[in-house]
Amino acid sequence: MALDKAEVEKIAHLARLHISESETEEVTTRITDILTLIDQMQSVDTEGVEPLAHPLDVVQRLRVDEITEEDQRDRLQQLAPASEDGLYLVPKVLE
Amino acid sequence: MEWETVIGLEVHVSLSTKSKLFSGSSTEFGAPPNTQASIFDCALPGTLPVFNEEALRMAVRFGVAIGAEIGKRSVFDRKNYFYPDLPKGYQVTQLDFPTVGKGSLTVTLADGSEKVIGVTRAHIEENAGKSLHEEFSGMSGIDLNRAGEPLLEIVSEPEITCAEEAVAYLKKLHTIIRYLDISDAIMAQGSMRCDVNVSIRPKGATELGTRTEIKNINSFRFVEKAIYSEVARQQEILEDGGRIIQETRRYNADKDETTSMRSKEVANDYRYFPEPDLLPIVIDDEYIAAVRAQLPELPDAREARFVEDYSLSNYDAGVLVSSRELAEYYEIVARSSGDSKLAANWVSQDLLGLLNKNNWSIADSPIQAERLATLITRIKDNTISGKIAKTVFEAMIIDESGVDAIIESKGLKQVTDSGEIEKLVLEVIENNPEQVQQYKDGKAQVIGFLVGQCMQLSKGKANPGQVNELLREKMQ
Amino acid sequence: MINSTVAEISAALAAGDISSVEITQAYLNRIATLNGELNAFITVCEDSALLQAKAADDARAKGNNSPLLGIPLAHKDIFCTKDILTTCGSRMLHNFVSPYNATVVERFIDAGTVLLGKTNMDEFAMGSSNETSYFGDVKNPWNTEFVPGGSSGGSATAVAADLCAMATGTDTGGSIRQPAAFCGVTGFKPSYGRVSRWGMIAFASSLDQAGPITKSAEDAALMLNVMSGLDKKDSTSIDRPVEDFTASLDQPLKGLRIGVPKQHFAEGLSREVEQAVRDALAEYEKLGAIIKEVDLTNSHLSVSAYYVVAPAEASANLSRFDGVRYGYRCEDPVDLEDMYKRTRSEGFGEEVKRRIMIGTYALSAGFYDAYYRKAQKIRRLIKDDFDRAFEEVDVIIGPTSPHTAFKLGSKSDPVSMYLEDIYTIAVNLAGLPAASIPVGMANGLPMGMQIIGKYFDEAKILNVAHQFQQHTDWHKQKSTALVTASGEA
Repeated sequence: MALDKAEVEKIAHLARLHISESETEEVTTRITDILTLIDQMQSVDTEGVEPLAHPLDVVQRLRVDEITEEDQRDRLQQLAPASEDGLYLVPKVLE
Repeated sequence: MEWETVIGLEVHVSLSTKSKLFSGSSTEFGAPPNTQASIFDCALPGTLPVFNEEALRMAVRFGVAIGAEIGKRSVFDRKNYFYPDLPKGYQVTQLDFPTVGKGSLTVTLADGSEKVIGVTRAHIEENAGKSLHEEFSGMSGIDLNRAGEPLLEIVSEPEITCAEEAVAYLKKLHTIIRYLDISDAIMAQGSMRCDVNVSIRPKGATELGTRTEIKNINSFRFVEKAIYSEVARQQEILEDGGRIIQETRRYNADKDETTSMRSKEVANDYRYFPEPDLLPIVIDDEYIAAVRAQLPELPDAREARFVEDYSLSNYDAGVLVSSRELAEYYEIVARSSGDSKLAANWVSQDLLGLLNKNNWSIADSPIQAERLATLITRIKDNTISGKIAKTVFEAMIIDESGVDAIIESKGLKQVTDSGEIEKLVLEVIENNPEQVQQYKDGKAQVIGFLVGQCMQLSKGKANPGQVNELLREKMQ
Repeated sequence: MINSTVAEISAALAAGDISSVEITQAYLNRIATLNGELNAFITVCEDSALLQAKAADDARAKGNNSPLLGIPLAHKDIFCTKDILTTCGSRMLHNFVSPYNATVVERFIDAGTVLLGKTNMDEFAMGSSNETSYFGDVKNPWNTEFVPGGSSGGSATAVAADLCAMATGTDTGGSIRQPAAFCGVTGFKPSYGRVSRWGMIAFASSLDQAGPITKSAEDAALMLNVMSGLDKKDSTSIDRPVEDFTASLDQPLKGLRIGVPKQHFAEGLSREVEQAVRDALAEYEKLGAIIKEVDLTNSHLSVSAYYVVAPAEASANLSRFDGVRYGYRCEDPVDLEDMYKRTRSEGFGEEVKRRIMIGTYALSAGFYDAYYRKAQKIRRLIKDDFDRAFEEVDVIIGPTSPHTAFKLGSKSDPVSMYLEDIYTIAVNLAGLPAASIPVGMANGLPMGMQIIGKYFDEAKILNVAHQFQQHTDWHKQKSTALVTASGEA
């Protein structure tokens, strides 16, 4: 399936990626090539086949409801690009 | 044109587990920012979720309580969107295979009629953190303490036809959740939140109109008002030949109107897919049976029992079971006092009046159930009259001592000594010759006035029965 | 001694012929000499390595005799290591000093190993040549004009060039096996769920699996003994007793049924690789094995299905890299959207962005059924193919890669790079265990053979690999170019 520029821009926005005007064409071509590879899947009939999400047929383990974590704020916020008063700072969130 | 309204409600309830849905962080309310945000909650690379069994049990408990189908195999999905309070960039929720399927609850409307409202589903998902909008050098602050707390999202069928029904549904849901002890469900604190989907259509039409969603309403009253105002808005647009836009709106309580939450965001595309870090949750009949066996008595059953066991009216029983704590309070008063009807009156009128006036919960009540029961007992054993009891009740609010001590110290004990009552009666007869004469002339109802005079003279403490009897005797 | 296997070093340490400090220092010297050229390590932990080696020697003096005590290893830079830079080969994490250890890392600490450093890799493990790393290309030690394979290229190079005794890798579509083949070492991808993923930075959660890269199958067994087993912090980790993987290495292969998938010997396979694998099969026949052709009917669809499933999962897994809590953030964002978009566009490389785009597209409204759901169905068909084949055979053997390592910069278009993993990808989609072991040389470059086993039949694969290595010496081949360069044998 061939993609157009508008679709590429829409996807880039959903993924919060910036694609400059000059890159758009190459990105569009590359992705179209990859989609062509992917489209080989359509050659086989999978009607009635149960999708496989996990390789193993196992079920979720449950965790006992208890508090096992301690406050690590100071340590974790050393990793943060911007923080103040124990909060992570980001450009203003507009609602 | 006549219109009819179609309403569906999405209610988010914070499940009251000790730890978060997928991490061992505390869910305690009110901790300093980010002190309850573990490496998983902060979405550090390489961290993985492990599911909290208590969240599952609580969800199933709710499902069983509303007679819902329970998903024997539920699956978590990722819902993808970017927001600073969503650390992983996706919310883990349940899309196609929720833990709780179709169920229903029955609400009682103001006219006494009942209506069954369908619950489409209830699924488990994680909460987001909070963005704080006060200024931090021109930036917003992010607190992830709430991120990853377990939520149950309860989705109703679009079967609600007016604001009154919506509120009745919410109140019933609230009551059930509190009975089940799976959430505080305090709307003001955000542990219960409501999104309202509203559309209108010409009466009798089969197709649904375009709906709008009013987000995050945080009180029952605002739900009611938001629906009125949104229905009016839609009606006006349609009657002017306009068209409703499917959108998210917000209710502004100050202006009593809904406004569009216009956002730059192009239509959301959440790109759901099964969460590969979690496996399907599989539960069997045995699990469901065990949860069912542990269910408490639910409000409908309790109401029926109150009517039966305590000879209460449906209305009184309904009021008393509206909260688990109130119902439990009532039962103590009724049993300890031995007078279920008197207990019902005191609890539903005096006690509830007191609590509502002060915005107190049962737990805050300065008058505990046992004390109220003693008060009622003192009315029944003639220590005090019903009227004096009101005075004692008032005193009990500020005085923590025992009922008897209060009666004693304030000298409110009923006078039953026949000598003292005789003195009162003779005094009243002497001071009211005219009325005495009227009585003797056959005007029997004058006795009421004379009894009242005796009571006044005794400051209410005389036993009115004895007074009545003695008056008649003396005026023979 | 640095070119010895773990088993040999372990024996020498136990015998007191060498100390952990000595062997550690020898590797550190070798890294100092060669890493500039090979770029196999992003971070070298010289001081802490020597401290750990000293601690291991002290422990040994006190009677500790566990097999990996004091053995110097390298971790792929995808594993979180406490207080040590953990980059995942990306600018996004160029400054990320992990506050915690991956379970795999923790287990090697408990086993008394010595961490020499963190190895280079394709960015977020997305690549088959190690050319997508933000920290530069890794070179193939056999010929530095060639790629080492990827994404665990740094680990494969480090083991092949004797910069460490053993290394960890991760494999999502062939990322352990293909570089092992290109570098002439043994690489092992365990069954999905065998090794904990806690602390291993996720690429595609339902496919990722950590495993060893070593100089022999026996060494891989020794590493697997430490790495494997239930971890309650990873919901997909399997609760299954871990056997001693070295126990069955010496079992004779008489009667072993080897399946040879006809699809793995079809068009595209180079003549040299085919010959080498056929020679190996002949060797197995000599050892008493029975060769049977098997049919993996849908294997030609594995690359297509993989390039939906892996990017889709990755697109969500990589959303957390948003510049808010850790890692790279762009300079002076004007608003929130600008912060997200520039952080992610500047922090991620081209290949990572490409895969995020593909994954986002495959999951977007209207395409889910045609792409993601379809790929999950193909995944089922591929798993069914293997299940059917394993009813008749004990292991499946074929080439790891269609050819030997290619030249750096020679594959510029993504699709031809993706087709590199044509024989390895299906194994990840099905969650099976598989190894790649050296099987010959062509034009001065090593070739690899893939051995695929049934679920949790790691021991059988190791047995089959070890027996081959007992009767051949392809795994002992060393690049002569580097031996001279370092001045140490």
